[in-house]
Amino acid sequence: MARIRLAVPAQAKAGDQIEIKALIQHKMESGYRYDARGKRIERDIIVRFECRYQGAVVFAADFGPGIAANPFLSFFVTATQSGPLEFIWTDQQGETWQEHKMLNVT
Amino acid sequence: MQTDRQFLTQTQFSRRRLLGMGLGGAVMITTRPLSAAADQADLEAARQSLFGARPVQSGRVSLKLPPIAENGYSVPLTVGVDSPMSPEDYIKRIAILSPRNPVALISTFELGPANGKAEVSTRVRLGGTQSLQAIAEHSDGTLWSGEMETVVTLAACIVL
Repeated sequence: MARIRLAVPAQAKAGDQIEIKALIQHKMESGYRYDARGKRIERDIIVRFECRYQGAVVFAADFGPGIAANPFLSFFVTATQSGPLEFIWTDQQGETWQEHKMLNVT
Repeated sequence: MQTDRQFLTQTQFSRRRLLGMGLGGAVMITTRPLSAAADQADLEAARQSLFGARPVQSGRVSLKLPPIAENGYSVPLTVGVDSPMSPEDYIKRIAILSPRNPVALISTFELGPANGKAEVSTRVRLGGTQSLQAIAEHSDGTLWSGEMETVVTLAACIVL
């Protein structure tokens, strides 16, 4: 349902700081908006993002309603060994979305 | 018939509300918020719940935002901290705080030596012209902060 877009370099040299960009399609309903009938729209947001590299969490973010719709993140990871980068998003109901990319380190 | 009437009163209510909010928004764009002190208190409360009563020093943290944001619903933000990000000396956590949004804590980022560089970008919602604050927690427990003011033309949360 939720569309995920990732930007991870396919190759990196050991010791390189690689930039990772991750975006997930989500409305991030803040809970402060009203519909046409004046009824408050319930909050519905993604609350946590995690990035794992070779099984260990290397970056995490906790979101509040102040994060824009389709939450975007860009951060850095030092390339050490070839391995998978896993990306996990969790919403307030505990539903998760996952995606992974292989990183080749030369 | 009754449902029509009900609908009419509701639409009138929302129109009035919209007008009122539009006016309020216009005032907020041109003037400094009158209740700035109370909102700043919310920011302080959020900071206390995250980091306790530890002192915060100004510096080392650079917060980058556009000086003028046309659309408060999505404002690009980059926070960078001056740190070697080595196993002995790194940034553990960065918090982005707002003195103007309904919820003061926008986001927190957890980092470590594996990042190599303490720099994170995202997109935030801003409920009006304000000075955002970023607080970075070092591995030795010290707290450093950086600020950046952004003028918001169309605020999030104010318009329907």
